[in-house]
Amino acid sequence: MSVHASWYLTLAALLFTIGAVGLLVRRNVLVMFMCVELMLNAANLTFVTFARALDDIGGQVAVFFVLVVAAAEVVVGLGIIVAIFRRKVGATADDAHMLKG
Amino acid sequence: MTGSTGVLGALAAHLLGAGGLVLPHLNYSTILPELILLGGMLVILAASALSPRPLPTEVYATATVGLGIASLIASLVLWRDVTSHGAFTAIARSIDVDGFAVFFLVVVSCILIVAPMFAAGYLRREGITGCEYYVLALISGSGAMFMASANDLILIFLGLEILSIPLYVLAGLDHRREASGEAAMKYFVLGAFSSAIFVYGIALTYGATGSTNLAEIGAFLSRNVITSNGVLLGGLALLLVGFAFKVAAVPFHMWTPDVYQGAPTPATGFMAAMAKAGGFAALLRVFVSTFPTLRTSWQPVVWVLAILTLVLGAVVAIVQNDVKRMLAYSSINHAGFVLLGLEAATARGIAGSLYYVFVYSLLVLGSFAVVAAVGGNGDADHDISRYRGLGRRRPVLAVGFAILLLAQAGAPFTTGFFSKFYVVEAAVAAHSYALAVIAMGSAGVAAFFYLRVVFVMFSDVGIAGASDVSRGGGEIARAGAVAAEVREQDATLLGGAGASAVATLVAPAYVAAPELAPEGTPSEPEVSVSPWVTTGLVLCVGATLVFGIWPQPLVDFAHQATLIF
Repeated sequence: MSVHASWYLTLAALLFTIGAVGLLVRRNVLVMFMCVELMLNAANLTFVTFARALDDIGGQVAVFFVLVVAAAEVVVGLGIIVAIFRRKVGATADDAHMLKG
Repeated sequence: MTGSTGVLGALAAHLLGAGGLVLPHLNYSTILPELILLGGMLVILAASALSPRPLPTEVYATATVGLGIASLIASLVLWRDVTSHGAFTAIARSIDVDGFAVFFLVVVSCILIVAPMFAAGYLRREGITGCEYYVLALISGSGAMFMASANDLILIFLGLEILSIPLYVLAGLDHRREASGEAAMKYFVLGAFSSAIFVYGIALTYGATGSTNLAEIGAFLSRNVITSNGVLLGGLALLLVGFAFKVAAVPFHMWTPDVYQGAPTPATGFMAAMAKAGGFAALLRVFVSTFPTLRTSWQPVVWVLAILTLVLGAVVAIVQNDVKRMLAYSSINHAGFVLLGLEAATARGIAGSLYYVFVYSLLVLGSFAVVAAVGGNGDADHDISRYRGLGRRRPVLAVGFAILLLAQAGAPFTTGFFSKFYVVEAAVAAHSYALAVIAMGSAGVAAFFYLRVVFVMFSDVGIAGASDVSRGGGEIARAGAVAAEVREQDATLLGGAGASAVATLVAPAYVAAPELAPEGTPSEPEVSVSPWVTTGLVLCVGATLVFGIWPQPLVDFAHQATLIF
């Protein structure tokens, strides 16, 4: 029994939307990071689905690159968060409000 | 367990059956500039870790400038290859070696030659030791180079991340200042958001065309007439959004002012130049050379982006009192001009965009270097009132800054004039008359806020008094008053009447000033300029004037770069 590719693509699109909306709505920086990860993994799912549908290895290879980049990004992001919130209580994005105008 | 060995066995059998794993031929000479930067970066990192005493920041700066010069030479060697043998692809067709790519290799090398000079003086003043700035700048530069020469969407994505991740860290380099950390976080969150959008765009494009290779996508699109494929158009739209975030095109610009303001000033200048160079390199290549068949779909979107970027960048910059923030909005305005060339989508338009990016890089680096010098210790105060009387206290610095600002405004006899002229001319030639008119209008508005800074620098009391009053009162009223004042002088200043005209115009403002000036105006801040910054400024201002008066070599370079595409 095989599931049609469009279901995977729909799921990926849903995950991507949840991630994008979550990033814009949520205020906790760590949750915002998780939303970015969700978006990247939605893209990965899309890659794999298309790779299977097209019978092409390229899409699966792309996933490895995206995974590595996502890992690198999180390392830097968490470093930045730790540097900022070492002297603060919570990791809320609204606390960072010096720059505006 | 048996399952996994079975899979491995099948994989090995498959590879062996297909005649073993075929590795692509790696032609390292085609990515030599990138390798120079990355190799040099590793050497600097190792040297800083192994040296018994901390090395002075000037040592790293010298090394970085040397690496920039080396990669510039390597790029020029590639340019010679390209002009004599024509464009070619290398390394499993993922690297494009063509005039377009080499042009951006040269731009990035030039940024890397100038930027460390500005950083050295600043880092010493602020007491930031270590090699981080230079190492991150080199990594970022190599990412921009990969973006420029990539012939594969995945490689563009990797280049984008190699470019961006060091920039996030650079924004937060001065970890003692809260604003720096906040800038880093904002940049990071929105940068990661845009990267995710970009990757999803690649995935959809891959699904619709069956490849991530730009040449194969182009070939697929020319074989199959696709006009309304939802997946492909969605992918294209997401790619455009991802790029628009990176180059700070409105409405994806909201991170720009905050990040530019909060980041350490030399890092701001560097990211303004580098992110735009890398972003526009990939944006132009992907849209003009890979998706020309879909031009009717993306051109209207770029048209809207360009108009919003031009207008918002210029209009919002007017009401800024913080010079650093004003320059951030002005850089948004500049992005609009580069989009003008993309919208035209002709060889002339692309040549204009290339020329604009080159010119803009040096102008913005130099401008932020002056801002860093005037900003003083702690990089805290960039209010326009600090620039009052700079022309008297530091005449050479003020004249240099004035030239850079006038060039950004598009004054004749500077590179800025020709850069604006070429993109607008290309827009007119492509029959985008409305866009050309709006671009000229935004340039007029932009000229006002550049001239305002110039005027404050060379007038001792006039505007400064008004500026101080405004801080207590209504900001808009002050902006309006200053606007009226300076607008009268625009024509005279541009007409080249020079210092005498300024003197006569200052007089009425001076009369009005005494009762406006509040008690306890801050004493005039000390501005110190290290020889490093002076050298960098001489290079930036010199290039602005020399290529402004004698534009042919640079114009020919940009033009030839688009011919070998």
